[in-house]
Formats: sequence, structure tokens, C-alpha cells
Amino acid sequence: MCGIVGLFLKDKSLEPKLGEMLSGMLTVMCDRGPDSAGFAVYGAGQGTEVKLTLRSSDGQSIDGLKADLEKALGLKLNATQRDTHLVVAIPSDKEEATRVFLSKARPDVKVVGAGQRMELFKEVGLPSDVADRFGLSAMSGTHGIGHTRMATESAVTTNGAHPFSTGADQCLVHNGSLSNHNAVRRTLVREGVSIETENDSEVAAGYLTWKMRDGASLKQALESSLDDLDGFYTFVVGTETGFAVLRDPIACKPAVMAETDGYVAFGSEYRALAGLPGIETARVWEPEPATVYAWERQ
Amino acid sequence: MDAPVKPPHTTPRSSATFDSYAISEIQRAAATGIYDIRGGGAKRKLPHFDDLLFVGASISRYPLEGYREKCGTDVVLGTRFAKKPIHLKIPVTIAGMSFGALSGPAKEALGRGASTVGTSTTTGDGGMTPEERGHSSALVYQLLPSRYGMNPDDLRKADAIEIVIGQGAKPGGGGMLLGQKISPRVAKMRTLPEGIDQRSACRHPDWTGPDDLEIKIEELREITDWEKPIYVKVGASRPYYDTALAVKAGADVVVLDGMQGGTAATQEVFIENVGLPILAAIRPAVQALQELGMHRKVQLIVSGGIRNGADVAKALALGADAVAIGTAALIALGDNDPRFEDEYRKLGTTAGAYDDWHEGRDPAGITTQDPDLAARFDPVAGGRRLANYLSVLTLEAQTIARACGKSHVHNLEPEDLVALTVEAAAMARVPLAGTNWIPGQGF
Amino acid sequence: MPVVDLSEMPLRELNSQLHALPQDTNETHWQVKNPEGRHAVAVGLDAPVTVEIDGHVGYYCAGMNKTATVIVAGNAGVGVAENMMSGTVHIKGDASQSAGATGQGGLLVIDGNASARCGISMKGIDIVVKGSIGPMSAFMAQAGNLVVLGDAGEALGDSIYEARLFVRGSVKSLGADCEEKPVTDEDRNVLRDLLKRASADVSAEDFKLYGSARRLYHFHVDNAGAY
Repeated sequence: MCGIVGLFLKDKSLEPKLGEMLSGMLTVMCDRGPDSAGFAVYGAGQGTEVKLTLRSSDGQSIDGLKADLEKALGLKLNATQRDTHLVVAIPSDKEEATRVFLSKARPDVKVVGAGQRMELFKEVGLPSDVADRFGLSAMSGTHGIGHTRMATESAVTTNGAHPFSTGADQCLVHNGSLSNHNAVRRTLVREGVSIETENDSEVAAGYLTWKMRDGASLKQALESSLDDLDGFYTFVVGTETGFAVLRDPIACKPAVMAETDGYVAFGSEYRALAGLPGIETARVWEPEPATVYAWERQ
Repeated sequence: MDAPVKPPHTTPRSSATFDSYAISEIQRAAATGIYDIRGGGAKRKLPHFDDLLFVGASISRYPLEGYREKCGTDVVLGTRFAKKPIHLKIPVTIAGMSFGALSGPAKEALGRGASTVGTSTTTGDGGMTPEERGHSSALVYQLLPSRYGMNPDDLRKADAIEIVIGQGAKPGGGGMLLGQKISPRVAKMRTLPEGIDQRSACRHPDWTGPDDLEIKIEELREITDWEKPIYVKVGASRPYYDTALAVKAGADVVVLDGMQGGTAATQEVFIENVGLPILAAIRPAVQALQELGMHRKVQLIVSGGIRNGADVAKALALGADAVAIGTAALIALGDNDPRFEDEYRKLGTTAGAYDDWHEGRDPAGITTQDPDLAARFDPVAGGRRLANYLSVLTLEAQTIARACGKSHVHNLEPEDLVALTVEAAAMARVPLAGTNWIPGQGF
Repeated sequence: MPVVDLSEMPLRELNSQLHALPQDTNETHWQVKNPEGRHAVAVGLDAPVTVEIDGHVGYYCAGMNKTATVIVAGNAGVGVAENMMSGTVHIKGDASQSAGATGQGGLLVIDGNASARCGISMKGIDIVVKGSIGPMSAFMAQAGNLVVLGDAGEALGDSIYEARLFVRGSVKSLGADCEEKPVTDEDRNVLRDLLKRASADVSAEDFKLYGSARRLYHFHVDNAGAY
């Protein structure tokens, strides 16, 4: 139950401003979800490296985590600490070793997100404060999604905050409430998709990961979710190159989109989009129920 | 020669599973092809307040003298945001019942009875009538998914606004009023063609979920200049989350209706199989309020199966601020009165079991829109009976509170209670009598 | 003419000033600046005044309006003019979901598009949408007129009672118990009048009328699939 936003840039010259634009959109959605906030940004990346976003799940310090990792892997690493999160670039062939090291030496540390380009931050608190703490407005990238949460049936914790990432460079934010997530979660666990929380939205993320793992495109995965996920939802989803939006067949939860030559933007309410450049002349519409809207980077 | 001895027969044995009711329902369904619709709340045996006892005062606790030492019963609702909270003299209110489901005189009687003893009454799915506004000193105006008869003038005339999300008899279900009760006046108030079977919505037309609810509450506050307390009513289904979300969305008061709570009409299968008994719903709701630091700041009204002052006292001890009655109020007015037994028989039922309120043929003239039947009911006498009954509920609750040494009924607490059954102990989160064991705690 | 800047004056103050206006007020024309998508702007008005809002509004703008004229030079969020009683609400941009929901009277004009559930449970309001309307519009519509110059989305008029739905463009699909109706002279006159009042310069001859087939007015088991 929440406010969600998403931004997909078509005009490269806007990329340095992605964080600033997304931050403005997120801040406006504070009162839809005052409990926690999170966002994912698709920034720079190299094919030979994987970026891990790390966070301690029990409030322990992550100072020194970079040095510990460098020691364990025997490498110098590029890492950026942002408040409670550490983004570290690891050579792709060392990802498994890194995860093994973390699970043994720092079981409190969660891998919040992983991928070539995605960085993912989430924290309990007022969304505008959370965006500031992570320095969102200075980030650049090609696309990003964000979420402000009013917790419903799962706890107000950082683990329950969106976006949820259940696969490399994949993330999802959700407004609504799924009615069959427990049954779907059991299927996903059997299929080997890792689900860590009781949150219904993580099940939606895991479902898409499962379908894409089996070869579906993002669009196809979302289309099949119309058959398999029951309840009320508006999803905004990011992948390394893609950005998509889907509303359930009844479509009660609000959703507005805008498209210009420069970007595609999504907001739970129009006011989230009102500050975007060129919004006055943008094509503005409300996505149709049960219809997948998807964009891919060229 | 002796006649051959007949071997003894076993006596005819009915199935506990296929009992006479189950068999009659299968036969009815097979004959008609439609589910059974009725009024009232759950009739099956449910864990209830009967399974709780007060421990009373003894050497370690001192009781108060009845009739002499004060035991307060007043309750203030809407202290969180509303400029004009509601002050009630007793912790028992009248639940929402629509004009349409009830006759005009019956609504008037509810207002008369409640006002006499200083408590509030509530509109229902069908708008506010001048009769009930005129006769109710405090009137709560319901905002329901159907919005029948909704208008800003009545909103401003109300003393509080209750946003109805669900009711205990049918959490997740919409309203239903069959053609017999859509009289010209009911049809006009609801903007419906006369005599049709009305199906009203189960979801609000312009919001879903807590994030939108917060915005809806803000609108209602803006329209009424932040004067009126805003209640949010839910059927008992997920009381912990629903209470927490109502508080987050900005409610002043949460109304929680257990599955024993009545309805004018819905499917029997819905009434008997969806929702929680009120006993199981209060503690999770109170827990949510306590965790948010809002217990007694956002008031909790509970309803569903309240019959006597002991039920009132037990609900308050579990953490409620007040209770609401619906079915009991109708009985006090004269519903199911044995003096109409002959007529109940003609309808295929008996006094005490009549629940076909939707058919509009109520011999007592209460749940009907038939002018001849409605004329049987005297709103002044009915109001008097209701006032008497409300007074008894209050006196009984006070008697118990004094015996527990409380100078206000709100000082009753769960520790004043024990349970007779393991089920009740687990649901009410009080120890099984004679033990210190609360099942379900500590994991 | 009072000019209120919502970046300076709290919304609560604006609404309470508007509520305090007597029926014979001289302050009949208000201008509201910087609404910035706020919810519940100009709700619950009950005076013959005009409130012009310069920008976008959030949920429930002009909710429960009586007698006033509210003009929004921008887009409106969810539930604009919900449960409106009388007066006029004019949205110059697009309207979000549930525009005019449960409206009991008055005229709602939307120059752009209205999205899903436009006119849901309408109870006597007149709604004129110059663009198109989204799916499930006029769901359970009870009374009043919905006029659409553009197209209608899926399941138009599902479970409709006695409202009239005039659509000039295409209808993606009709909901349960909604059917095309012959247009009587009275219908045509109602439509002409609404087009005129909404300053919609199109011919009343170009519209089709949809209304209730009245098959669901009484529950019958053979219709169970339609519920």
C-alpha cells in the first residue's frame, strides 16, 4: 500500500539528472507511504563485474566491510558507501566466493541487490529523508524505480521495504495487495527461487524472476502473471535494459504515466510527475487494466 | 408354538454430519437453485464471552459499594483529531442499521431509546432520515460503498462519520435488499427503481486500501472543517492489521464487528463461514493500538453478540472503549416477540428464530417497509423498552466493575478475567481458570 | 477577487474560508494558485461562487459540491466531484479514476479524457467528457447522464440501473445488463442541452445511447453467470 514511481530515460542527455528527477518524484509520494522508502537506479556498469548492494540487516556497522572483502578476495575493490548501504563492484567470477564469505563472516549482511548496473537502496523512515541519506539526487543512470511504503500485513522493517530484487538487475515495486501470494510463494520455493520475506510483493518479484529464468521476456513474464497472481496490483518493474508497468484486471490502485521524447515516467498520482521537464506537453495517460506496458533500451 | 422372536432393531440414527439442518438445506438448494438468504448474525455455537469469568475482589483487591460509590460509565469518542468529540454517558452505542432494512418508526425508536440514556445511534446503508436525526441526540452517519442518500448536508448534521469497510456478518461482502423492501420512499432515498432487488457494492467506488483511505478521511475532514470524529468500521477478519491501518490512515475511532453481528440480509453461507467471533478479535486490535501508542487515544468500539452487561464488561476489560449493539437492540424493540408466535408459525418459523428480515414481512413491524405491519410498532413504547434495556446493560456492567474495585468501567483489564475453556483462554489471551496458562503466548 | 496561494495558505484555511461564505456573498470569484496536486481542494462548497484553480489537483477536488462552480486549469486526480450535488465542475485537462463517482446532481465537464470507472454509481449527476473514458465506466450507474464525445473502454455500464450513457465514438465492450437503446426525442433533447451547457460543438445525432436491459433487476438463478 504505497506510492510508486518509475522513470525510464530515452534521451541520453538526461542521464546525469536521473537521480534528481526520481528523487523529486519519490518525495511527493511521502504521504502515500510514510513508513519506509526504497529505490533502484540503473547506472554505469561493466560486463566483467557485478555490483552488489550490501546492507546489514540488524543495524550493525558496515564500516570496514570493504576492507574485509578485499582481504578475503585478495583484490582491490571499487566500493561506495552510502549511509547504511555499501555498493561494491566484484569481478563476476568472484560473486559466488563473495556471497560465501558474507554468509560465513557477516551473516547479518544482506545482498539487497545484485547486477551489472542496478544499485538498490531501502530504509525505514520518511521517504524524503531516505532519499537524502542515500544521496539519490546526485545519482545518474538510465532508469530507476522507487517506492514509498505504508506497511499493511508485513512488518515495518527495511527487509519489508521495496523495491524487491530476486534476480540479477531485476527489481519490482508494487502498490496493492496480492490475495494468493502464499500459494505462489510455495511454488517459487519449490522452483528454487529464493524468497526471503513474508511480503506479497517479493513473491511478485520472484514470480517474474522465475518466468524470465525460464526464457520469458519481461513482457511475457508480466503477461503470464495476469493468470497466476491474484488480487490488486500495480507493478513497476526494472531489468538491466527494460522498464515495464502492469495493473491488475480491476485496476483500483491509482497509476498515471507520461511519455515525451526524453522519458517515460510512472507515478501513483499525477503530482509525482508534475515536476518533470516538458510534462506540460507530454502524452499523459492512465494505464489500462491487464495491459503490459514495456520499454527496452536500444 | 411360540411366535418367532423379532430380532431387535437399532434405533434410527441421524448423522452428526448430515444433521436435520444440513439435510433440509440440501433439499432447499436442490429445489430452488439459489443460496439461502437471511438476516441476523452467525447462529452456530462460537467461543464467546460466556467462556470468560471475572475474578472479582477479595483480600488483595477491595470492591466498591454498589449504589453509593461512583463507577463511571462515560466515554468520549473522537479525541484524536476531531474538534467536537462525542460524549456518551454509557459505553453502549447503537450499531448502524439502515432505514430500508428497518421501518421509519423503528429507526425513530432507536433514536428515542439511545437519546434517553445518553448514547448514540447510527444510520445505515440508505441515508439519514429526519425521524432518526430528530430523535437522536448523537447520530453517527455512515459512509458506505453504495453511498445511497449520501449528501453533504446530512454529513454536516451528523455528530460523527463512520466509514464502513465491512461488517462482521459479511466481511468482504456488499449489501443486499430484496424488492419487497424497496418501497417508494426507500427507492427515492437510494435513487433506485421501486421494487428491484438491490445489490450494493462491497468496495468503495473511489478508493481502495489504506493509502487511499487516508486521502478519503482527509476529504471528509475538510468538508466538515475537522469537526466530526471519523470512525472506520471493519468486520473482524484481520483485526490487528486493519486496526493498525485505520489508525495510520487517520481514524479517530475504530469499530470492530465480530461475526455474530447481524445483517439485514446476506447469504447464510457467508454469515456462518466468514469472519472471526468477536472474542478472538478484540485482543489483536487492542495490541495494534497499544503498539502504536494509541490505546484509549483512538477509541475502539466492538460489536457482535453483545447481550448483557457481563458481555459489555468483558469487552471493555479486553480493551474496548465501548460496545455497539444491533440485534439486541432490535429484540429490545420487540423483534421476535412471542406474542406474534402465530404469525411466525405462518412464516414457517418460531419466535426467537425469525431471521427472514429481508422479506419485509416482520410481524413485529420492525424490519419491514409494509405500512400496515410498520403501524403495529409504537416508536415511543419501543424507545422506552430500548432505554430500559440499555440502562440494565450499564447497571450490570457497573455491578461487575465495582465488584472488581473499579471506579470507572474503563479500568477493567484483561487481568480481571479468567477463561473456562482453552479456546477462550487463547482467543482472549487470559489464563485458563485456576492456572497461569495462556495458550498461544510465548512463541 | 480573492486570490489564494496554496504554497502560502494551508488548504484547511482555504476550505474553511470557502465554507464560511454566505449565499449572498460578494466574493463570488476566487482564484487558487499552486494547488500542486493537493487532495480535497475546494471540497464541500455550498455557495454560488466560482473557484478557479490554476494547476493540477489531487484526489476528490470539488467533492460533494453544491451550487458552486469549480474550474480546474489542469488535471484532476481520483474521484473529482465525487458525490456532487449541484453546481458545475469543469476540468480543463484529464481526470483520473472514478470521476463524478456517486454524483447526485450538477454538471461535471471534462475537456480531456477520464480514466477507469468514470461515473461509477452515479445517482443523478450529468457528466460530459470531451475525450474518451476508461474501462468499467458507469458501473452500477443509477441515474443521470454520461456523455462521451470520444470512445468508451471495456465493460461500459456494467450492472447499470436507470442512467443514460451517450457515446459518440466506439465502445470497446458493454458490461453485464447494458445494451444499446433506441434514442427518443426526449433523450436527444437531454443530450442537446448537455452538449450546449458543456460548450461541446458536436452534433447530437452522432451519439448512440446505452442503458439498462433490466435483466438483472430481479435476481434469477439463470442469470447467475452475469453476477
